[in-house]
Amino acid sequence: MTTTAGSVPHGGIIVGKPKWRPLESEGNLAMLLLLPTIALLLMFIAYPFMRGILLAVTNSKVGIIGDFVGFENFARLLKDPIFHAVVYNTFLYTFVTTVFKLILGLWLALLLNRDFKFKAFTRAFILLPFIVPTVLACFAWKWMFDPTFSVLNWMLFKLGVVAAGAGVNWLGDGDLAMLSIMIVNIWRGVPFFAISLMAGLQTISPDLGEAAAIDGAKPLQRFWYITWPLLMPVTMVVVLFSVIQTFSDFQIVYVMTGGGPANATHLFATYAYQLGVGTGLLSQGAAVSLAMFPLLFGIVIFQLMYIRRVETR
Amino acid sequence: MSNVTIRQVHKHYEDFHAVKGVSLEIKDKEFVVLVGPSGCGKTTTLRMIAGLETISEGDIMIGNKIVNELAPMDRDIAMVFQNYALYPHMTVYDNMAFGLKMRKFDKAEIAKRVNNAADILDIKDHLSRKPRMLSGGQRQRVALGRAIVRNPQVFLFDEPLSNLDAKLRVQMRVEIKKLHQRLATTSIYVTHDQVEAMTLGDRVVVMKDGLIQQVGEPLELYNNPANRYVAGFIGSPAMNFADTMIEEAGNAVYATNPTMRIRVPEQIAARMGPHKGKPATLGIRPEDLHMATGADPEDLSFDAVVEVAEQLGSEIILDLKAGGSAMVASVEPTVKVKPQQKIRLGIKPTGLRFFDAKTEAAI
Repeated sequence: MTTTAGSVPHGGIIVGKPKWRPLESEGNLAMLLLLPTIALLLMFIAYPFMRGILLAVTNSKVGIIGDFVGFENFARLLKDPIFHAVVYNTFLYTFVTTVFKLILGLWLALLLNRDFKFKAFTRAFILLPFIVPTVLACFAWKWMFDPTFSVLNWMLFKLGVVAAGAGVNWLGDGDLAMLSIMIVNIWRGVPFFAISLMAGLQTISPDLGEAAAIDGAKPLQRFWYITWPLLMPVTMVVVLFSVIQTFSDFQIVYVMTGGGPANATHLFATYAYQLGVGTGLLSQGAAVSLAMFPLLFGIVIFQLMYIRRVETR
Repeated sequence: MSNVTIRQVHKHYEDFHAVKGVSLEIKDKEFVVLVGPSGCGKTTTLRMIAGLETISEGDIMIGNKIVNELAPMDRDIAMVFQNYALYPHMTVYDNMAFGLKMRKFDKAEIAKRVNNAADILDIKDHLSRKPRMLSGGQRQRVALGRAIVRNPQVFLFDEPLSNLDAKLRVQMRVEIKKLHQRLATTSIYVTHDQVEAMTLGDRVVVMKDGLIQQVGEPLELYNNPANRYVAGFIGSPAMNFADTMIEEAGNAVYATNPTMRIRVPEQIAARMGPHKGKPATLGIRPEDLHMATGADPEDLSFDAVVEVAEQLGSEIILDLKAGGSAMVASVEPTVKVKPQQKIRLGIKPTGLRFFDAKTEAAI
């Protein structure tokens, strides 16, 4: 065997010039694989978000590009009584529905976590409200709440609660309309809570409940001292998702009340839509939806911090 | 502390008869081990004693009181689980204190008892830690601590060592034994490991298919197994079995097959009457076999071929073929053999056991 000058014999292995293989570097490969995600995020999250901010600081309307006006739109919102109602509505709507979704969802989850016949079928069935397209479901609910033709009023009449022709005007009265959309939101949201919390319950070893039973804890104590604390991280994540969803809810209100009667059921999203698209005041609509941002951001930060604390302890 | 009586207890699941009439008398302060393969009903029996499973039929009494309908917390028992079942969100201290808190003990008494238990189990330094920061052995100590602080009438152990590695298992076995010697609390211990059963139990209950096969002190099970199953289950390496025919020749009785002609010892031969001319299973423990010398009589030895020799230092385990049956012998570490070598093995005269070929009961 001969070796040419300058090359080093490696036990007979010929060492050639390495080929240019940029994808063998982990950094390059990672960038390449991340690219689609980054592009999507930029296109559908970052761009609209920045666009929203830019819109909110102009006096742009449909057809008019508008000029920079600073925080004028936000200042106007602070004096807008409808916006005040929107803030109140949104907080009330989010708080009440989340509490009920959590209580009902937890109750369902605890029931579904037991052993019974047709368990798998029931678990799948529970998910129905979650699977049905929201808009379709809302149209059905709208019919059910209709003062003249509604099944609810028919039932109340048959039960003797209301007189004939004097049915409850569910969506025509401000408070009742709010109650109605809350009921629909709860109906739609409970399955998500139930299924997620049930998944959380299934990660808790049944041995713990048995050990606690032997330790002398009664069923309620077992729930309070063992199940509930161990379920807390899952609960917080579920509540976090639900709060974000509910806070920015649009479909239910849009279909059922359109924000009415007399703006009594407007939430951030519907009011922003009505101002921006309905009325054509693009910049004011953008300001309303941006006003939601710091509030949601605060809630998310708080909950994420809590989740982190629970997970590291 | 108290005795436990199990009387004709059955457990039926929907289409499975898990426990088929188990009766057992456990004396005060006794350490009883239920041992058997998985699915033999030992854990179900323990869980029925604990009150975690309902009793389909029969009675369980703790301290002369029928507890069939009592909730687990009212039975005054403590249980140690296989996977420790420590509350992951509580500190070691709170884990041990939980049962006392639920029973409304005052704070000072709880602290006294928990600290005392932590002292005994040597986990004092870990009281403020969470279970996930502990090693497997430490977790099992905490689980033991949780059991002993309550000072219950009965301890129940459900395979408490099977999640530990081999070395730790031996160590914890000794600790459990020490703990029992110190506290003298009636203990019922479930395991599938016959070594644990032999070393821990005052008495051992061998179970199979929901039935008790034999109850006895460890040595009694080893020396006088009631049937072929117990004989094969107790002892390691397991007892060798060979199919033989019982034949009478002159005034002696022989167990024979194509490779063996073993003379049945007189005291057993006396019981062989109804078995003459019928098949019987011959059982010999590996430790009752040795390399035959001229001193070994012809009818107490047999030929075999070495397949594998495993040198363990203190002994050599020989895997052999004797005619059609595989055999294992434990011989002196000085023996020199090679694979495929033909050797003759002698049997210790007291090492012969016979089992009815059909009923498998000891003869």
